Amino acid sequence: MSIKQISVFLENKPGRLQKMTSVLAANEVNMRALSLAETKDFGIARIIVDDVLHAVNVLKDADFIAHLTSVLAVEIPNKPGGLDQMLQIFSEANVNIEYMYAFLAPKDLNSAYMIFRTSDTKASEAKLTGKGLKTLSQEEIANI
Amino acid sequence: MERYYQKEIECAPRETIKAIQDEKLVKQVRHVWDNVPYYRKKMEEKGLTPDDIKSSDDLYKLPFLSKADLRESYPYGLVGVPLKDCVRIHSTSGTTGKRVVAFYTQHDIDLWEECCARAITAAGGTNEDVVQISYGYGLFTGGPGLNGGSHKVGSLTIPTSSGNTDRQIMFIMDLNATILCCTPSYAAYLGERMKEMGYGPEDIPLKAGIFGAEAWSEEMRRDIEKTLGIKAYDIYGLTELSGPGVAFECSAQNGMHINEDHFIAEIIDPNTLEVLPEGSQGELVFTSLDKEAYPLLRYRTRDICTLTREPCSCGRTHVRMSKPKGRSDDMLIIRGVNVFPSQIETVLLNEGYAANYQIIVDRVNNTDTFEVQVEMTNEMFTDNVGEVSAKQKALVDALKSMLGIRAKVTLVAPKTITRSEGKAVRVIDRRKI
Repeated sequence: MSIKQISVFLENKPGRLQKMTSVLAANEVNMRALSLAETKDFGIARIIVDDVLHAVNVLKDADFIAHLTSVLAVEIPNKPGGLDQMLQIFSEANVNIEYMYAFLAPKDLNSAYMIFRTSDTKASEAKLTGKGLKTLSQEEIANI
Repeated sequence: MERYYQKEIECAPRETIKAIQDEKLVKQVRHVWDNVPYYRKKMEEKGLTPDDIKSSDDLYKLPFLSKADLRESYPYGLVGVPLKDCVRIHSTSGTTGKRVVAFYTQHDIDLWEECCARAITAAGGTNEDVVQISYGYGLFTGGPGLNGGSHKVGSLTIPTSSGNTDRQIMFIMDLNATILCCTPSYAAYLGERMKEMGYGPEDIPLKAGIFGAEAWSEEMRRDIEKTLGIKAYDIYGLTELSGPGVAFECSAQNGMHINEDHFIAEIIDPNTLEVLPEGSQGELVFTSLDKEAYPLLRYRTRDICTLTREPCSCGRTHVRMSKPKGRSDDMLIIRGVNVFPSQIETVLLNEGYAANYQIIVDRVNNTDTFEVQVEMTNEMFTDNVGEVSAKQKALVDALKSMLGIRAKVTLVAPKTITRSEGKAVRVIDRRKI
Protein backbone atom coordinates (compact mmCIF):
# COMPACT_ATOMS: atom_id res chain seq x y z
CA MET A 1 0.00 0.00 0.00
CA SER A 2 1.37 3.38 -0.92
CA ILE A 3 1.34 6.34 1.43
CA LYS A 4 1.07 10.07 0.87
CA GLN A 5 4.14 12.21 1.14
CA ILE A 6 3.90 16.01 1.22
CA SER A 7 6.24 17.81 -1.20
CA VAL A 8 6.78 21.47 -0.37
CA PHE A 9 8.36 24.14 -2.60
CA LEU A 10 11.02 26.11 -0.73
CA GLU A 11 13.33 28.88 -1.83
CA ASN A 12 16.96 28.01 -1.18
CA LYS A 13 17.45 30.87 1.29
CA PRO A 14 18.22 31.09 5.02
CA GLY A 15 15.15 30.61 7.19
CA ARG A 16 12.81 29.13 4.57
CA LEU A 17 12.87 25.56 5.89
CA GLN A 18 12.44 26.85 9.41
CA LYS A 19 9.37 28.84 8.31
CA MET A 20 7.85 25.53 7.22
CA THR A 21 8.79 23.68 10.42
CA SER A 22 7.37 26.49 12.54
CA VAL A 23 4.02 26.18 10.76
CA LEU A 24 4.06 22.43 11.42
CA ALA A 25 5.10 22.96 15.04
CA ALA A 26 2.39 25.54 15.68
CA ASN A 27 -0.19 23.09 14.35
CA GLU A 28 1.20 20.10 16.23
CA VAL A 29 2.09 18.11 13.17
CA ASN A 30 4.64 15.42 13.91
CA MET A 31 7.04 14.45 11.16
CA ARG A 32 8.05 10.86 10.66
CA ALA A 33 10.62 11.49 7.97
CA LEU A 34 12.09 14.41 6.04
CA SER A 35 14.26 14.71 2.99
CA LEU A 36 15.46 17.73 1.02
CA ALA A 37 16.24 17.98 -2.68
CA GLU A 38 17.93 21.20 -3.63
CA THR A 39 19.11 23.24 -6.62
CA LYS A 40 21.01 26.51 -6.49
CA ASP A 41 17.95 28.63 -5.86
CA PHE A 42 15.07 26.39 -4.87
CA GLY A 43 14.46 23.12 -3.15
CA ILE A 44 11.76 20.58 -2.40
CA ALA A 45 11.12 19.40 1.13
CA ARG A 46 9.55 15.93 1.25
CA ILE A 47 7.91 15.00 4.48
CA ILE A 48 6.03 12.07 5.93
CA VAL A 49 3.70 13.12 8.75
CA ASP A 50 1.21 11.63 11.15
CA ASP A 51 -1.82 13.56 9.86
CA VAL A 52 -1.44 14.24 6.13
CA LEU A 53 -4.60 16.22 5.37
CA HIS A 54 -4.23 18.44 8.41
CA ALA A 55 -0.58 19.13 7.52
CA VAL A 56 -1.36 20.00 3.88
CA ASN A 57 -4.13 22.35 4.94
CA VAL A 58 -2.05 24.26 7.45
CA LEU A 59 0.82 24.57 4.96
CA LYS A 60 -1.48 25.87 2.22
CA ASP A 61 -3.08 28.30 4.66
CA ALA A 62 0.42 29.66 5.31
CA ASP A 63 0.91 30.19 1.52
CA PHE A 64 3.18 27.22 0.95
CA ILE A 65 2.90 25.21 -2.21
CA ALA A 66 2.35 21.65 -1.04
CA HIS A 67 1.55 18.63 -3.20
CA LEU A 68 0.69 15.09 -2.24
CA THR A 69 2.83 12.40 -3.83
CA SER A 70 2.39 8.63 -3.61
CA VAL A 71 5.44 6.88 -2.21
CA LEU A 72 6.16 3.44 -0.76
CA ALA A 73 7.24 3.00 2.83
CA VAL A 74 9.02 -0.33 3.13
CA GLU A 75 10.10 -2.15 6.22
CA ILE A 76 13.49 -3.78 5.79
CA PRO A 77 15.64 -5.82 8.16
CA ASN A 78 17.89 -3.56 10.23
CA LYS A 79 21.07 -5.47 9.46
CA PRO A 80 23.93 -5.43 6.91
CA GLY A 81 22.62 -6.25 3.45
CA GLY A 82 19.02 -5.34 4.30
CA LEU A 83 18.80 -2.52 1.77
CA ASP A 84 20.88 -4.35 -0.81
CA GLN A 85 18.52 -7.28 -0.76
CA MET A 86 15.59 -5.02 -1.38
CA LEU A 87 17.25 -3.08 -4.16
CA GLN A 88 17.98 -6.34 -5.95
CA ILE A 89 14.24 -6.78 -6.34
CA PHE A 90 13.98 -3.41 -8.09
CA SER A 91 17.03 -4.11 -10.25
CA GLU A 92 15.67 -7.43 -11.41
CA ALA A 93 12.27 -5.91 -12.14
CA ASN A 94 13.93 -3.00 -13.99
CA VAL A 95 12.20 -0.45 -11.78
CA ASN A 96 13.80 3.00 -11.63
CA ILE A 97 14.03 4.77 -8.30
CA GLU A 98 13.42 8.50 -8.62
CA TYR A 99 14.49 9.14 -5.05
CA MET A 100 14.59 7.45 -1.68
CA TYR A 101 15.33 8.27 1.91
CA ALA A 102 15.53 6.37 5.16
CA PHE A 103 14.29 6.58 8.67
CA LEU A 104 14.95 4.33 11.60
CA ALA A 105 12.36 3.15 14.05
CA PRO A 106 14.08 3.12 17.43
CA LYS A 107 11.21 1.27 19.17
CA ASP A 108 11.85 -1.76 17.05
CA LEU A 109 15.54 -2.04 16.41
CA ASN A 110 15.06 -5.04 14.17
CA SER A 111 13.53 -2.95 11.40
CA ALA A 112 14.37 0.14 9.39
CA TYR A 113 12.01 2.00 7.08
CA MET A 114 12.75 3.28 3.62
CA ILE A 115 10.66 5.72 1.59
CA PHE A 116 10.71 5.13 -2.17
CA ARG A 117 9.44 7.05 -5.12
CA THR A 118 9.66 4.85 -8.20
CA SER A 119 8.63 5.10 -11.81
CA ASP A 120 5.66 2.79 -11.14
CA THR A 121 4.34 2.69 -7.59
CA LYS A 122 1.82 -0.13 -8.09
CA ALA A 123 4.19 -2.47 -9.91
CA SER A 124 6.93 -1.82 -7.36
CA GLU A 125 4.61 -2.63 -4.51
CA ALA A 126 3.57 -5.91 -6.12
CA LYS A 127 7.20 -6.94 -6.60
CA LEU A 128 8.03 -6.17 -2.97
CA THR A 129 5.10 -7.98 -1.44
CA GLY A 130 5.71 -10.89 -3.82
CA LYS A 131 9.13 -11.24 -2.20
CA GLY A 132 7.69 -11.08 1.28
CA LEU A 133 8.59 -7.45 2.10
CA LYS A 134 6.10 -5.32 3.98
CA THR A 135 4.90 -1.94 2.79
CA LEU A 136 3.36 0.26 5.42
CA SER A 137 -0.07 1.88 5.34
CA GLN A 138 -0.82 5.46 6.25
CA GLU A 139 -2.22 4.31 9.57
CA GLU A 140 0.83 2.25 10.43
CA ILE A 141 3.06 5.24 9.66
CA ALA A 142 0.97 7.42 11.94
CA ASN A 143 1.34 4.90 14.74
CA ILE A 144 5.08 4.36 14.54
CA MET B 1 40.43 71.83 -33.72
CA GLU B 2 36.75 71.01 -34.08
CA ARG B 3 35.92 68.92 -37.13
CA TYR B 4 32.58 68.98 -38.96
CA TYR B 5 31.17 66.61 -41.54
CA GLN B 6 28.78 69.20 -43.01
CA LYS B 7 29.93 72.45 -41.48
CA GLU B 8 27.59 74.71 -43.40
CA ILE B 9 24.45 73.11 -42.06
CA GLU B 10 25.85 72.04 -38.67
CA CYS B 11 26.86 75.64 -37.91
CA ALA B 12 24.07 77.42 -39.81
CA PRO B 13 22.51 80.52 -38.23
CA ARG B 14 19.34 79.78 -36.26
CA GLU B 15 17.20 81.64 -38.83
CA THR B 16 18.49 79.36 -41.57
CA ILE B 17 17.67 76.27 -39.52
CA LYS B 18 14.17 77.61 -38.86
CA ALA B 19 13.66 78.34 -42.56
CA ILE B 20 14.76 74.80 -43.47
CA GLN B 21 12.43 73.30 -40.89
CA ASP B 22 9.50 75.45 -42.02
CA GLU B 23 9.88 74.43 -45.63
CA LYS B 24 10.50 70.74 -44.95
CA LEU B 25 7.64 70.45 -42.44
CA VAL B 26 5.05 71.81 -44.87
CA LYS B 27 6.27 69.34 -47.49
CA GLN B 28 6.42 66.43 -45.06
CA VAL B 29 2.88 67.01 -43.74
CA ARG B 30 1.65 66.98 -47.33
CA HIS B 31 3.57 63.74 -47.99
CA VAL B 32 2.05 62.08 -44.92
CA TRP B 33 -1.47 63.35 -45.72
CA ASP B 34 -1.25 61.97 -49.23
CA ASN B 35 0.39 58.62 -48.38
CA VAL B 36 -0.34 57.59 -44.80
CA PRO B 37 -4.10 57.14 -44.31
CA TYR B 38 -3.57 56.22 -40.65
CA TYR B 39 -2.17 59.66 -39.85
CA ARG B 40 -4.48 61.49 -42.25
CA LYS B 41 -7.39 60.11 -40.25
CA LYS B 42 -5.83 61.45 -37.05
CA MET B 43 -5.51 64.88 -38.68
CA GLU B 44 -9.07 64.76 -39.93
CA GLU B 45 -10.30 63.91 -36.44
CA LYS B 46 -8.71 67.18 -35.30
CA GLY B 47 -10.23 69.03 -38.23
CA LEU B 48 -6.83 69.65 -39.81
CA THR B 49 -5.72 69.69 -43.43
CA PRO B 50 -2.17 70.25 -44.72
CA ASP B 51 -3.16 73.87 -45.37
CA ASP B 52 -3.27 74.45 -41.62
CA ILE B 53 0.48 73.80 -41.36
CA LYS B 54 2.23 76.82 -42.86
CA SER B 55 5.46 76.66 -40.86
CA SER B 56 7.03 74.95 -37.86
CA ASP B 57 5.09 77.42 -35.70
CA ASP B 58 2.00 75.33 -36.54
CA LEU B 59 3.60 72.05 -35.45
CA TYR B 60 1.76 72.10 -32.11
CA LYS B 61 -1.55 71.60 -33.97
CA LEU B 62 -0.60 68.16 -35.26
CA PRO B 63 -1.66 64.95 -33.50
CA PHE B 64 0.89 62.85 -31.63
CA LEU B 65 2.04 59.37 -32.50
CA SER B 66 2.91 56.90 -29.77
CA LYS B 67 4.24 53.39 -29.60
CA ALA B 68 0.63 52.21 -29.36
CA ASP B 69 -0.01 53.73 -32.81
CA LEU B 70 3.01 51.89 -34.17
CA ARG B 71 1.67 48.64 -32.79
CA GLU B 72 -1.82 49.29 -34.09
CA SER B 73 -0.58 50.05 -37.57
CA TYR B 74 1.90 47.15 -37.66
CA PRO B 75 3.45 46.35 -40.04
CA TYR B 76 2.67 48.64 -43.00
CA GLY B 77 0.18 51.21 -41.63
CA LEU B 78 2.67 54.07 -41.30
CA VAL B 79 4.71 53.38 -44.41
CA GLY B 80 4.68 56.41 -46.71
CA VAL B 81 5.98 54.96 -49.99
CA PRO B 82 5.28 51.86 -52.09
CA LEU B 83 7.22 48.85 -50.80
CA LYS B 84 9.11 48.67 -54.10
CA ASP B 85 10.82 51.92 -53.07
CA CYS B 86 11.84 50.55 -49.66
CA VAL B 87 15.24 48.89 -49.41
CA ARG B 88 15.53 47.83 -45.77
CA ILE B 89 13.82 47.47 -42.42
CA HIS B 90 15.13 47.64 -38.88
CA SER B 91 13.22 46.50 -35.87
CA THR B 92 13.10 47.02 -32.15
CA SER B 93 10.97 45.46 -29.45
CA GLY B 94 7.49 46.85 -28.92
CA THR B 95 5.53 47.06 -25.71
CA THR B 96 4.08 43.57 -26.02
CA GLY B 97 4.64 40.74 -28.44
CA LYS B 98 4.56 42.91 -31.57
CA ARG B 99 7.80 44.49 -32.65
CA VAL B 100 8.28 47.95 -34.13
CA VAL B 101 9.31 47.62 -37.77
CA ALA B 102 10.71 50.76 -39.40
CA PHE B 103 11.14 51.03 -43.18
CA TYR B 104 13.84 52.86 -45.16
CA THR B 105 14.27 54.04 -48.72
CA GLN B 106 17.80 54.47 -50.04
CA HIS B 107 17.39 58.22 -49.47
CA ASP B 108 16.44 57.55 -45.80
CA ILE B 109 19.52 55.40 -45.33
CA ASP B 110 21.79 57.99 -46.93
CA LEU B 111 20.56 60.74 -44.61
CA TRP B 112 20.77 58.46 -41.57
CA GLU B 113 24.34 57.53 -42.44
CA GLU B 114 25.16 61.23 -42.87
CA CYS B 115 23.90 61.86 -39.35
CA CYS B 116 26.19 59.07 -38.09
CA ALA B 117 29.06 60.55 -40.13
CA ARG B 118 28.50 63.88 -38.33
CA ALA B 119 28.75 62.04 -35.00
CA ILE B 120 31.96 60.23 -35.98
CA THR B 121 33.51 63.46 -37.27
CA ALA B 122 32.50 65.32 -34.11
CA ALA B 123 34.38 62.62 -32.18
CA GLY B 124 37.47 63.50 -34.25
CA GLY B 125 37.07 60.84 -36.95
CA THR B 126 38.62 61.29 -40.43
CA ASN B 127 39.46 59.03 -43.35
CA GLU B 128 42.72 58.21 -41.55
CA ASP B 129 40.90 56.59 -38.65
CA VAL B 130 40.14 52.94 -38.03
CA VAL B 131 36.62 52.63 -36.65
CA GLN B 132 35.69 49.43 -34.85
CA ILE B 133 31.95 48.88 -34.61
CA SER B 134 31.07 46.58 -31.74
CA TYR B 135 27.37 47.35 -31.77
CA GLY B 136 25.20 44.48 -32.90
CA TYR B 137 24.44 44.21 -36.61
CA GLY B 138 21.14 42.93 -37.90
CA LEU B 139 17.69 44.16 -36.93
CA PHE B 140 19.31 46.46 -34.36
CA THR B 141 20.22 49.84 -35.85
CA GLY B 142 23.45 50.39 -33.89
CA GLY B 143 25.86 48.42 -36.07
CA PRO B 144 24.46 49.24 -39.53
CA GLY B 145 24.01 52.97 -38.75
CA LEU B 146 27.53 53.63 -37.56
CA ASN B 147 28.91 51.30 -40.21
CA GLY B 148 27.34 53.51 -42.87
CA GLY B 149 28.51 56.67 -41.13
CA SER B 150 32.06 55.38 -40.95
CA HIS B 151 31.98 54.60 -44.69
CA LYS B 152 30.77 58.13 -45.43
CA VAL B 153 33.66 59.59 -43.41
CA GLY B 154 35.98 57.26 -45.31
CA SER B 155 37.37 55.57 -42.22
CA LEU B 156 38.60 52.00 -42.35
CA THR B 157 35.68 50.15 -40.80
CA ILE B 158 35.99 46.98 -38.70
CA PRO B 159 32.51 45.47 -38.44
CA THR B 160 33.16 43.17 -35.46
CA SER B 161 29.54 43.40 -34.25
CA SER B 162 28.92 42.56 -30.59
CA GLY B 163 30.39 39.74 -28.53
CA ASN B 164 33.57 37.64 -28.64
CA THR B 165 35.58 39.98 -26.44
CA ASP B 166 38.97 38.39 -27.13
CA ARG B 167 38.49 38.91 -30.86
CA GLN B 168 37.38 42.52 -30.26
CA ILE B 169 40.58 43.18 -28.33
CA MET B 170 42.70 41.44 -30.94
CA PHE B 171 41.36 43.71 -33.69
CA ILE B 172 41.75 46.87 -31.58
CA MET B 173 45.39 46.01 -30.88
CA ASP B 174 46.44 44.40 -34.17
CA LEU B 175 44.70 46.84 -36.55
CA ASN B 176 45.24 49.92 -34.37
CA ALA B 177 41.58 50.85 -34.07
CA THR B 178 41.29 54.52 -33.11
CA ILE B 179 37.53 54.90 -32.62
CA LEU B 180 35.30 52.38 -30.86
CA CYS B 181 31.50 52.33 -31.25
CA CYS B 182 29.45 50.21 -28.82
CA THR B 183 27.24 50.45 -25.74
CA PRO B 184 28.90 52.18 -22.79
CA SER B 185 28.59 49.05 -20.65
CA TYR B 186 30.41 47.01 -23.27
CA ALA B 187 33.11 49.69 -23.54
CA ALA B 188 33.57 49.48 -19.77
CA TYR B 189 33.75 45.71 -19.98
CA LEU B 190 36.30 45.80 -22.80
CA GLY B 191 38.33 48.27 -20.74
CA GLU B 192 38.39 45.96 -17.75
CA ARG B 193 39.36 42.98 -19.83
CA MET B 194 42.19 44.89 -21.48
CA LYS B 195 43.41 46.07 -18.09
CA GLU B 196 43.44 42.45 -16.88
CA MET B 197 45.46 41.52 -19.96
CA GLY B 198 48.03 44.12 -18.97
CA TYR B 199 47.17 46.87 -21.47
CA GLY B 200 47.36 50.35 -19.97
CA PRO B 201 45.72 53.39 -21.61
CA GLU B 202 49.05 54.28 -23.24
CA ASP B 203 49.22 50.85 -24.94
CA ILE B 204 45.70 51.06 -26.40
CA PRO B 205 45.55 52.74 -29.84
CA LEU B 206 41.97 54.02 -29.34
CA LYS B 207 41.53 57.80 -29.06
CA ALA B 208 37.75 58.14 -28.98
CA GLY B 209 34.58 56.15 -28.38
CA ILE B 210 30.98 56.72 -29.46
CA PHE B 211 28.74 55.08 -26.92
CA GLY B 212 24.96 55.00 -26.81
CA ALA B 213 21.76 52.92 -26.79
CA GLU B 214 21.61 52.93 -22.99
CA ALA B 215 21.84 55.31 -20.06
CA TRP B 216 25.24 56.04 -18.58
CA SER B 217 26.56 58.48 -16.02
CA GLU B 218 29.34 61.08 -16.06
CA GLU B 219 31.16 58.89 -13.57
CA MET B 220 31.01 55.95 -15.95
CA ARG B 221 32.27 58.21 -18.73
CA ARG B 222 35.30 59.19 -16.67
CA ASP B 223 35.99 55.53 -15.82
CA ILE B 224 35.88 54.47 -19.47
CA GLU B 225 37.98 57.45 -20.57
CA LYS B 226 40.64 56.62 -17.97
CA THR B 227 40.79 52.88 -18.60
CA LEU B 228 40.90 53.08 -22.38
CA GLY B 229 42.76 56.41 -22.63
CA ILE B 230 40.08 57.94 -24.87
CA LYS B 231 37.50 60.68 -25.07
CA ALA B 232 34.02 59.15 -24.76
CA TYR B 233 31.11 60.67 -26.69
CA ASP B 234 27.41 60.06 -26.22
CA ILE B 235 25.07 59.38 -29.13
CA TYR B 236 21.26 59.19 -29.21
CA GLY B 237 18.70 57.78 -31.55
CA LEU B 238 15.81 55.43 -31.95
CA THR B 239 14.79 52.97 -34.60
CA GLU B 240 11.44 54.70 -35.10
CA LEU B 241 13.28 57.79 -36.39
CA SER B 242 16.22 56.06 -38.13
CA GLY B 243 18.63 54.83 -35.46
CA PRO B 244 21.73 56.25 -33.78
CA GLY B 245 22.73 59.74 -34.86
CA VAL B 246 19.46 61.59 -34.25
CA ALA B 247 21.63 63.52 -31.79
CA PHE B 248 25.33 63.31 -30.93
CA GLU B 249 27.89 64.85 -28.65
CA CYS B 250 30.63 67.26 -29.72
CA SER B 251 33.97 68.09 -28.11
CA ALA B 252 32.17 70.15 -25.45
CA GLN B 253 30.62 66.90 -24.10
CA ASN B 254 27.79 68.99 -22.76
CA GLY B 255 24.57 67.76 -24.31
CA MET B 256 23.88 66.14 -27.68
CA HIS B 257 23.23 68.22 -30.80
CA ILE B 258 20.02 67.15 -32.49
CA ASN B 259 20.29 67.11 -36.29
CA GLU B 260 17.69 69.82 -36.70
CA ASP B 261 17.80 69.89 -40.46
CA HIS B 262 16.23 66.39 -40.30
CA PHE B 263 14.28 66.43 -37.05
CA ILE B 264 12.24 68.94 -35.06
CA ALA B 265 12.43 68.33 -31.33
CA GLU B 266 9.82 69.45 -28.82
CA ILE B 267 9.50 68.97 -25.07
CA ILE B 268 5.99 68.30 -23.80
CA ASP B 269 4.35 67.68 -20.47
CA PRO B 270 3.58 63.92 -20.69
CA ASN B 271 0.34 64.41 -18.76
CA THR B 272 -1.21 67.52 -20.30
CA LEU B 273 0.60 67.10 -23.67
CA GLU B 274 1.29 70.89 -23.65
CA VAL B 275 4.49 72.02 -25.35
CA LEU B 276 6.88 73.33 -22.71
CA PRO B 277 9.25 76.30 -23.08
CA GLU B 278 12.94 75.78 -23.75
CA GLY B 279 14.86 74.58 -20.72
CA SER B 280 11.89 72.77 -19.14
CA GLN B 281 12.19 69.12 -18.34
CA GLY B 282 9.63 66.95 -20.09
CA GLU B 283 9.04 64.27 -22.69
CA LEU B 284 10.99 64.51 -25.92
CA VAL B 285 8.88 64.48 -29.11
CA PHE B 286 10.35 64.21 -32.61
CA THR B 287 9.06 65.06 -36.04
CA SER B 288 11.10 63.59 -38.86
CA LEU B 289 11.38 66.04 -41.74
CA ASP B 290 13.05 63.93 -44.40
CA LYS B 291 12.03 60.35 -43.85
CA GLU B 292 10.19 59.03 -46.89
CA ALA B 293 9.40 55.45 -45.92
CA TYR B 294 8.56 55.90 -42.24
CA PRO B 295 7.66 59.58 -41.84
CA LEU B 296 6.68 59.94 -38.19
CA LEU B 297 5.20 63.28 -37.10
CA ARG B 298 5.27 64.26 -33.42
CA TYR B 299 6.43 60.87 -32.22
CA ARG B 300 6.50 60.59 -28.42
CA THR B 301 9.84 59.07 -27.40
CA ARG B 302 8.86 58.72 -23.72
CA ASP B 303 12.40 59.89 -22.88
CA ILE B 304 12.48 62.68 -20.31
CA CYS B 305 15.08 65.39 -20.94
CA THR B 306 15.67 69.10 -21.49
CA LEU B 307 16.60 71.12 -24.60
CA THR B 308 18.85 74.14 -24.93
CA ARG B 309 19.68 76.42 -27.85
CA GLU B 310 22.42 78.26 -25.98
CA PRO B 311 25.52 78.66 -28.14
CA CYS B 312 27.91 75.72 -27.87
CA SER B 313 31.69 76.10 -27.71
CA CYS B 314 32.06 73.67 -30.62
CA GLY B 315 30.48 76.14 -33.04
CA ARG B 316 27.45 73.99 -33.87
CA THR B 317 24.15 75.81 -33.69
CA HIS B 318 21.78 72.85 -33.50
CA VAL B 319 19.75 72.46 -30.34
CA ARG B 320 21.26 70.27 -27.62
CA MET B 321 19.37 67.67 -25.60
CA SER B 322 20.47 66.51 -22.17
CA LYS B 323 21.05 62.84 -21.49
CA PRO B 324 17.61 61.29 -20.97
CA LYS B 325 16.89 61.42 -17.25
CA GLY B 326 14.20 58.78 -17.25
CA ARG B 327 11.09 57.57 -19.01
CA SER B 328 7.48 58.65 -18.95
CA ASP B 329 6.45 55.01 -19.39
CA ASP B 330 7.66 51.80 -17.78
CA MET B 331 10.21 50.86 -20.43
CA LEU B 332 13.58 49.73 -19.12
CA ILE B 333 16.77 49.79 -21.12
CA ILE B 334 18.85 46.81 -20.09
CA ARG B 335 22.20 46.22 -21.76
CA GLY B 336 21.02 48.49 -24.56
CA VAL B 337 17.83 46.53 -25.15
CA ASN B 338 14.33 47.92 -24.62
CA VAL B 339 12.38 45.86 -22.12
CA PHE B 340 8.77 46.42 -21.16
CA PRO B 341 7.30 44.69 -18.10
CA SER B 342 4.27 43.81 -20.23
CA GLN B 343 6.51 41.66 -22.47
CA ILE B 344 7.65 39.66 -19.46
CA GLU B 345 4.06 39.29 -18.35
CA THR B 346 3.10 37.92 -21.78
CA VAL B 347 5.86 35.29 -21.59
CA LEU B 348 4.95 34.24 -18.06
CA LEU B 349 1.33 33.69 -18.98
CA ASN B 350 2.34 31.78 -22.11
CA GLU B 351 4.56 29.51 -20.04
CA GLY B 352 1.79 28.77 -17.54
CA TYR B 353 2.85 31.01 -14.66
CA ALA B 354 0.70 33.64 -12.99
CA ALA B 355 1.62 37.28 -13.55
CA ASN B 356 3.21 37.56 -10.12
CA TYR B 357 6.71 38.68 -10.87
CA GLN B 358 9.32 41.28 -10.18
CA ILE B 359 12.09 42.59 -12.38
CA ILE B 360 15.32 43.45 -10.59
CA VAL B 361 17.89 45.44 -12.51
CA ASP B 362 21.24 46.47 -11.13
CA ARG B 363 24.60 47.50 -12.47
CA VAL B 364 27.58 45.49 -11.30
CA ASN B 365 31.04 46.41 -12.64
CA ASN B 366 29.39 48.70 -15.20
CA THR B 367 27.29 45.85 -16.62
CA ASP B 368 23.55 45.55 -16.20
CA THR B 369 22.27 42.56 -14.30
CA PHE B 370 18.73 41.43 -15.05
CA GLU B 371 16.74 39.11 -12.84
CA VAL B 372 13.11 38.07 -13.10
CA GLN B 373 11.64 36.67 -9.92
CA VAL B 374 8.51 34.62 -10.47
CA GLU B 375 6.20 33.28 -7.83
CA MET B 376 5.82 29.53 -7.97
CA THR B 377 2.26 28.34 -8.48
CA ASN B 378 0.48 25.19 -7.46
CA GLU B 379 0.01 24.31 -11.15
CA MET B 380 3.69 24.70 -12.06
CA PHE B 381 5.07 22.84 -9.07
CA THR B 382 5.88 19.15 -9.20
CA ASP B 383 7.65 16.84 -6.81
CA ASN B 384 10.46 16.33 -9.34
CA VAL B 385 13.45 18.69 -9.10
CA GLY B 386 14.49 17.97 -12.69
CA GLU B 387 11.05 18.89 -14.03
CA VAL B 388 10.90 22.14 -12.11
CA SER B 389 14.42 23.02 -13.26
CA ALA B 390 13.46 22.23 -16.86
CA LYS B 391 10.46 24.57 -16.59
CA GLN B 392 12.72 27.24 -15.16
CA LYS B 393 15.09 26.84 -18.10
CA ALA B 394 12.18 26.92 -20.58
CA LEU B 395 11.16 30.25 -19.07
CA VAL B 396 14.70 31.63 -19.47
CA ASP B 397 14.65 30.58 -23.13
CA ALA B 398 11.19 32.05 -23.77
CA LEU B 399 12.25 35.38 -22.21
CA LYS B 400 15.42 35.40 -24.30
CA SER B 401 13.41 34.78 -27.42
CA MET B 402 10.96 37.61 -26.61
CA LEU B 403 13.47 40.17 -25.33
CA GLY B 404 16.70 39.27 -27.06
CA ILE B 405 18.64 39.27 -23.80
CA ARG B 406 19.14 36.69 -21.12
CA ALA B 407 17.49 37.07 -17.73
CA LYS B 408 18.26 35.15 -14.59
CA VAL B 409 15.00 33.52 -13.53
CA THR B 410 14.45 32.88 -9.84
CA LEU B 411 11.42 30.92 -8.67
CA VAL B 412 10.20 32.31 -5.39
CA ALA B 413 7.56 31.26 -2.89
CA PRO B 414 3.98 32.52 -3.32
CA LYS B 415 3.14 35.97 -1.92
CA THR B 416 6.79 36.91 -1.48
CA ILE B 417 6.98 39.56 -4.22
CA THR B 418 7.07 42.98 -2.58
CA ARG B 419 3.65 44.57 -2.59
CA SER B 420 2.91 48.17 -1.94
CA GLU B 421 -0.69 48.98 -1.01
CA GLY B 422 -1.71 45.60 -2.35
CA LYS B 423 -0.16 46.28 -5.76
CA ALA B 424 2.93 44.29 -6.67
CA VAL B 425 6.04 46.35 -7.30
CA ARG B 426 6.98 45.26 -10.82
CA VAL B 427 10.36 46.85 -11.24
CA ILE B 428 13.22 47.41 -8.85
CA ASP B 429 15.93 49.35 -10.65
CA ARG B 430 18.95 49.65 -8.41
CA ARG B 431 21.18 51.16 -11.08
CA LYS B 432 22.68 54.47 -10.04
CA ILE B 433 23.10 56.36 -13.27
